[in-house]
Amino acid sequence: MNPVNYLYLAALLFTIGAAGVLIRRNAIVVFMCVELMLNACNLAFVAFSRLHGNLDGQIIAFFTMVVAAAEVVVGLAIIVTIFRSRHSASVDDASLLKL
Amino acid sequence: MENLIGLLVAAPLLGAAVLLCGGKRLDRVGHWLGTLLAAASFVIGAVLFADMLGRSGEHRALHTHLFSWVPVGGFRADVAFQLDQLSMTFVLLITGVGTLIHLYSVGYMEHDERRRRFFGYLNLFLAAMVLLVIADNYLLLYVGWEGVGLASYLLIGFWQHKPSAATAAKKAFIVNRVGDMGLSIAIMLMFTTFGTFAFGPVLSSAGDAGEGKLTAIGLMLLLAACGKSAQVPLQSWLGDAMEGPTPVSALIHAATMVTAGVYLITRSGAIFNAAPDAQTAVVTVGAVTLLFGAIVGCAKDDIKKALAGSTMSQIGYMILAAGLGPIGYVFAIMHLVTHGFFKAGLFLGAGSVMHGMNDEVDMRKYGGLRKYMPVTFVTFGLGYLAIIGFPGLSGFFSKDKIIEAAFAKGGTEGWILGGAALLGAAITAYYMTRVMLMTFFGEKRWVPDADGNEPHPHESPKTMTIPMIILALGSLGAGAVFSINDTFLKWLEPVTGHAEGHSPVSALTVTIATMAVLVIGVAIAWSQYGRRPVPAVAPRGSLLTRAARRDLLQDDFNHVVLVRGGEQLTRGLVQIDHTLVDGAVNGTATAVGGLSGRLRRFQNGYARSYAVSMFGGAAVLIAATLLMRAV
Amino acid sequence: MSFPLLTVTAAVPALGAVATAAVPAARRTVAKWLALLFSLATLALAAVQLARFDTGAAGPFQLTESHAWIKDFGVRYELGVDGIAVVLVALTALLIPFVILAGWHDADPLEEARPNRRWRPTQGFFALILLVEAMVVISFEATDVFVFYIFFEAMLIPMYFLIGGFGDRAGEHGEEETAARRSHAAVKFLLYNLAGGLIMLAAVIGLYVVTAHQTGDGTFSLQEIIRARADGRLDMASSTERLLFLGFFFAFAVKAPLWPLHTWLPNAMGESTAPVAVLITAVVDKVGTFAMLRFCIQLFPEASKWATPVIMVLAVVSILYGALLAVAQRDIKRLVAYASISHFGFIILGIFAMTTQGQSGATLYMVNHGISTAALMLVAGFLISRRGSRLIADYGGVQKVAPVLAGTFLVGGLATLSLPGLAPFVSEFLVLVGTFSRYPALGIIATVGIVLAALYVLVLYQRTMTGPVKAEVRAMPDLKVRELVVVAPLIALLVFLGVYPKPLTEIVNPAVKHTMSQVDKTDPRPDVPVRAATDKDASHEEASHEEAEAAK
Repeated sequence: MNPVNYLYLAALLFTIGAAGVLIRRNAIVVFMCVELMLNACNLAFVAFSRLHGNLDGQIIAFFTMVVAAAEVVVGLAIIVTIFRSRHSASVDDASLLKL
Repeated sequence: MENLIGLLVAAPLLGAAVLLCGGKRLDRVGHWLGTLLAAASFVIGAVLFADMLGRSGEHRALHTHLFSWVPVGGFRADVAFQLDQLSMTFVLLITGVGTLIHLYSVGYMEHDERRRRFFGYLNLFLAAMVLLVIADNYLLLYVGWEGVGLASYLLIGFWQHKPSAATAAKKAFIVNRVGDMGLSIAIMLMFTTFGTFAFGPVLSSAGDAGEGKLTAIGLMLLLAACGKSAQVPLQSWLGDAMEGPTPVSALIHAATMVTAGVYLITRSGAIFNAAPDAQTAVVTVGAVTLLFGAIVGCAKDDIKKALAGSTMSQIGYMILAAGLGPIGYVFAIMHLVTHGFFKAGLFLGAGSVMHGMNDEVDMRKYGGLRKYMPVTFVTFGLGYLAIIGFPGLSGFFSKDKIIEAAFAKGGTEGWILGGAALLGAAITAYYMTRVMLMTFFGEKRWVPDADGNEPHPHESPKTMTIPMIILALGSLGAGAVFSINDTFLKWLEPVTGHAEGHSPVSALTVTIATMAVLVIGVAIAWSQYGRRPVPAVAPRGSLLTRAARRDLLQDDFNHVVLVRGGEQLTRGLVQIDHTLVDGAVNGTATAVGGLSGRLRRFQNGYARSYAVSMFGGAAVLIAATLLMRAV
Repeated sequence: MSFPLLTVTAAVPALGAVATAAVPAARRTVAKWLALLFSLATLALAAVQLARFDTGAAGPFQLTESHAWIKDFGVRYELGVDGIAVVLVALTALLIPFVILAGWHDADPLEEARPNRRWRPTQGFFALILLVEAMVVISFEATDVFVFYIFFEAMLIPMYFLIGGFGDRAGEHGEEETAARRSHAAVKFLLYNLAGGLIMLAAVIGLYVVTAHQTGDGTFSLQEIIRARADGRLDMASSTERLLFLGFFFAFAVKAPLWPLHTWLPNAMGESTAPVAVLITAVVDKVGTFAMLRFCIQLFPEASKWATPVIMVLAVVSILYGALLAVAQRDIKRLVAYASISHFGFIILGIFAMTTQGQSGATLYMVNHGISTAALMLVAGFLISRRGSRLIADYGGVQKVAPVLAGTFLVGGLATLSLPGLAPFVSEFLVLVGTFSRYPALGIIATVGIVLAALYVLVLYQRTMTGPVKAEVRAMPDLKVRELVVVAPLIALLVFLGVYPKPLTEIVNPAVKHTMSQVDKTDPRPDVPVRAATDKDASHEEASHEEAEAAK
């Protein structure tokens, strides 16, 4: 198959993820959408790797996976703590990022 | 023999180190140790002198190179000594008078708990002063120059608990520093002109340099001499320096340190000879100071301050003589030596009087002391006769020669300088007679002090009177010894050079004129202070008298212009530092703070709004990139 | 591979910092002795460096180490010392044990304030000092611009905590106000130096880009860049060179500090404890002036010459301005800080006078100023700790009750005013002569600084030490043994280097000659050169020098 198709798929997945991050309020869903975007990038990396015929893209994909895994651990822990204290997982309830 | 030269400095330096670092356990022997080392230095000097006499005039100078001090590129400063006839004269004067004054101080400072430290400082002074005169280059001379300044600072402020003493010490050091600045600039000029600042090469090739450079060097050296020798316009510290213990005034502020300026100018004779403008400046300073000091000396009621004015004036004579060039160098140094004897003797006498009068310094509270202190009276009297130039005593020979040389300068200048010197001689006779009459003659005027202690004038102990007697003998005979067969002239001539002046008036006329003004000065003083009783409270006096009491308003001028002006300046700068320099930075910080306050509104804390801006940003970037590509 | 002496000299204090920090809370004394031990070990290593340094060697740098580090950016871990660096490493290593000893009790926790068992301010204090030492040492040794930059900047972190975290016990303003002032001073210090550092970072990157562009092989190595310029591979456009020079110079001028970038110093020195103040002015700031000599002048010789007139004027302004402000200060430590600004003016003046005397003098000045300020400031610290006030007006007549303290204070002050016979005189005079021989007017104006120095030192001494004894100081104890151990060697060193500075000048002179050759400048010749007839060796040396010049 033409590897360019994978790129279209990646773009589609990324857009879905981005839309999800922007639209949804539930932190879990936002989180999943972020993961979707990461994986879209991974897909693009692998596709480019195939296109150019070297392994750099695949290596970076592995890096991304490791980072994503780490991020999931930290992120879910934060979400669980927030849920415990606020009894809600809506991202709009928490606005403590500002000074 | 060369190896002994270093010991001249080393002996007193060792004393200073031991006494100052040794701690209390040396309190009981410290003063004798200090005196011993000063005497050792004198003995070494005497041995070297005897050795020097064994050689003929041209081969008398000794050189020794200890080690290379600061070698950097073409800049080479060495610790090396040169002992020629000029240095030898000073060495003997410094260590000789120094030893006598050490001895005197043993008695004078007997009741001071910090006597050990006093002797440490005195030894430090001797070391620095000897270093000053035996250095073979200007930078090493500078070390001694500032070293004596330090010793003078420490000794003037020896009674530190008195604020006046501490202030006087600080003032002396700072005014001297202004002079030192001149010396350091002179050294720099020598370095850029000659590539060296050692005496030998600089002085031998002084003639090759441009006159402008030489004049600049000469003027800077003169500035240095003004600071150290208390010449106008840097004379203001000397009067205040009398806050120090009297032996200090005798040694440092009369006999030795203050004459360093004369040494500097005489030593640098080759430079001044080739720079007539600088010489004119020197003689002007000398002439002005000799009158200035004499006038101040007339008005002071404090015996030490009157003597300080006199010191200033006598050094004015020496500077004047040194500024005359080869016709005057030898006489400048000769007057310096005789002055060393009689002025040190006068100060020690004053100290002896104060010792017996509960440290009272006001001459209006003395009177009739000759009956109570016969030794002091006789020795002080010999010093008095010497300083006014009484025929046969030492001051007569040396001062007469200077006046003669001043006339010999020739032209209008010669008449002005000679006239000033003659006038100075008259005033000298006046104020010294005044001191003599107020202190030793007339009725007793002393009163109980604030605690109700009536002074009981008494003769001082032997340790004090012996040095006074020796100095009095010097005042009596030194001039005659020096002048018979022109001994002193022949001794110094190989170093300083000498030229006979052609005076428009004959030597005899000058001598007669000098005698005449002397008699006039004494007569006026006697009519004012000898015939009438001296009032115990100073009368208001004329405008000039009141100004002279205040050092001719020089301090007031300094206070208004320098002190007040300086305070205003520094205060203004502190303000500027705070508001302008710091303010510029703080202003930037405030501006940034304000800007970020605005920007901060965008930070609402909602994660999703951040995400929107991120996406927006990314979209703009991508769009821009694509657009750029398209174009 | 030979023994990596330079790395080890920097690593020992770093290790010491770790070891000191790891000491348990209750064992405060152990931490102190450990820190002292490590600092003494560093001193020993610095002494070995000095001993192994060969003054007659051909190349500029010795004891070099060179390893590839970040290949892609041409960063190499390159160390090497010339005569200037080795002397400054020795100064640093020498001063730190005294700083530690003087600050022996400065970080003891107050009994009443002990939040928890694990609170260890003492360990932190000494660990930070050792960390600063390690970074300063490696900054002096680095010959790779990137390595230098990293440690030049990293130094700010421990310094920030030293200034902000430790100060004198609450003085006249009360606990809270004192703490607020302290943190203000620390932030000011950090911001000023960070701003300088960031501009320098841009210049460092620019330097890499220029070298990569022109030689095809980007490098940060000082020696490589000098070599490339010598054989024509590298030829910067003058506008580029000037910009890069300014980027570097700005950072160093903040650190030095040069007027008008100086205002952080009085705050930082005023609010920190005396040993930390010594660390700032005697050790850390020296990196700034040192880097001007090593990097500014050697990397950008043309731009250095271009900027010289302005820098010289700023330096003279610093000298007079610092001295005048010192006269007006009411706070002992701030007075010393402004005096230091004046002295740094002299150092910069000497560096940019571009004469052998000026640059040798400036290097000696760095060493001598380090020692003299340490002596003065540490004694001032002992004084302040006795009375609990930094205000000059709170003292008076101390001389009567504590003569040894007053005596050492006076000697420190006399060194500060450059009294002949003490070390700073030699360097100050060399700087003045060096300046004067090229810029007579500036030399004369700078000489006024020596009068002002006498003024601020003696006024300080007069107001604190002389006069009637104030009631508050009546019970003041004299110096203790520990304090005497701190001060006596410093004073001995001041005297020794004042009388016999030759060992130092011998090490420094070849390095200065090399630096001067980079800028292509020779000393001005005297108008009427005279031959010193008595000194045969010297005249021979001069003759050969002249021949060499004629050959050119």
